Amino acid sequence: MTLFRESWYLMGRLLIILLRQPWYVALTLIQPIIWLVLYGQLFRRVVELPGFRSSSYIDFLTPGIVIMSALFSSGWTGMGVINDLDRGVMDRFLISPVQRTAIILSRLMNLSVITIVQSLILFGLGAILGARYPGGPIGLFVLLLAAILLSMPFGALSIAMSLTVRKEESVIGAVNFVLLPLTFTSPVFMAATLMPGWMRTVAHFNPVNWAVEAGRGALQATASPGAILLRVGLLAALTIASGWIATRAFRSYQQSA
Amino acid sequence: MAEAALALHNIVKTYKTVRALDGLSLSVERGTIFALLGPNGAGKSTTIKILTTLARPDSGEVRVAGLDALKEPQRVRRVIGCVAQRSGVDVDSTGLENLTLQGRLHGMGGAELKSRVSSLLERFGLAAAAARIARTYSGGMQRKLDIAMGLIHRPEILFLDEPTTGLDPEARSDLWDEIARLSTKGLTILLTTHYLEEADRLARQVAIVDRGRVVTEGTPESLKAELRGDSVQIDLASAATLAAIDRCFEAVPGVHDLQVTGSTLHARTDHGATAVPPMLLALEAAGIRTSSVRIARPSLDDVYLRYTGRTIQEAEREGRQ
Repeated sequence: MTLFRESWYLMGRLLIILLRQPWYVALTLIQPIIWLVLYGQLFRRVVELPGFRSSSYIDFLTPGIVIMSALFSSGWTGMGVINDLDRGVMDRFLISPVQRTAIILSRLMNLSVITIVQSLILFGLGAILGARYPGGPIGLFVLLLAAILLSMPFGALSIAMSLTVRKEESVIGAVNFVLLPLTFTSPVFMAATLMPGWMRTVAHFNPVNWAVEAGRGALQATASPGAILLRVGLLAALTIASGWIATRAFRSYQQSA
Repeated sequence: MAEAALALHNIVKTYKTVRALDGLSLSVERGTIFALLGPNGAGKSTTIKILTTLARPDSGEVRVAGLDALKEPQRVRRVIGCVAQRSGVDVDSTGLENLTLQGRLHGMGGAELKSRVSSLLERFGLAAAAARIARTYSGGMQRKLDIAMGLIHRPEILFLDEPTTGLDPEARSDLWDEIARLSTKGLTILLTTHYLEEADRLARQVAIVDRGRVVTEGTPESLKAELRGDSVQIDLASAATLAAIDRCFEAVPGVHDLQVTGSTLHARTDHGATAVPPMLLALEAAGIRTSSVRIARPSLDDVYLRYTGRTIQEAEREGRQ
């Protein structure tokens, strides 16, 4: 109980700071909006390729972009931690009796709020551009769930990395060198059936793929409930493992202090 | 006698190849202001980190408020407050938000927290700025907010790590008044500083730290009293060895504790005003030219020099290299 109370108050601080700089939220949305609008236009006719199995590219692309922007937001989570480390705020928290887990959990809860808001804005924009889904509200719910469950492990790993490396450059590097390849080896932009064989094999082990397949499958009503559940379950398991790593990173931070 | 508020025994702490603390021992009575005095890099901040459970020593015993800090860090955290050297203020939040969150992290809430926050804001002259983002605060205001945060949960022990570093002289003396006022309420304060004046002015007990050890401790008065007589400093215009100077003072009575740092000769004399003329004559006779002379009552600077063989300023320069 204390854990949730403490996480709640720590998250409150992060949300207030975020609300004070709404331009920051807008800034993080610019890139996915560009993807959605430009790629949506550019590759409109890609659905005509045999084997694409989708009749509208904007239908196809919107859930992919929602997942991709959740992924990148989660990657940046560690930047805030580095800020707190540099300014002595982290040490102040660590000297207080607050639970270490609450410090991580509050960042992940804050990330979930960001993910939900971003996802809904992008989903709305997709609808304006003409995206329509048979999956209905349940489909949207699964998409949001998949986005959050993808952002949790990558958010936790970003926190873990910033606690161990403590340099902004390495977070930036990781976002570019890990998250971009993960995005392009997943069916965010291109149907899995049209990927080269090796890439399809890689995609099986790619969490971004799990999230896209679950969210898009639910919206387009093309995936079975079992297939969706399996992917959501995999993401949940990954979340738990990454949370454990982040807690370990805290211990290593304290030992090096 | 009640157990000491803080007790460190034989603490060793190594960072990679650097030995930050080398068998440091310390005992601080309850309800007093205790100053750790030493140059940057002497091990003061590491000592604070260990006492506040932020770091673990390689070996040694740590007792805080009667608790074993290595076995029960969580209980220690409830009874200590800390003002870190680089501040802990979240500059993107307001003063009010910073204080309220700090109270909540200590399990406070409701009307009690509200009244505690507003009384602290009032007490440190921050009430008018409470709703402003801390980024807009002056250095002195941020420090006061830091101290208010350190006190919110009414700790038994307050740590102040270099509290006035980086403040202008006016803000510094203002903060000294605040700190002096805190000590009248039974709070134990451990303060680190490299300003001798600060330790002299605020602390009831002073420990001089050099290269990870306590070299001497006592009240500022007793430390200064150990140094007999006045301090004489003579700036030399020509180079001279300590041995040569020593020889030429053989005929001058009451001159002792000779040391040379840079081109300055430090000496202690029973009575400065009468000893200086014969000292200068003796140097002149030996062909050692002098440019200026200062006579002063002993200060903590002299104590530091005596125990470490260098002035604090020199030690700071060394530390930077």
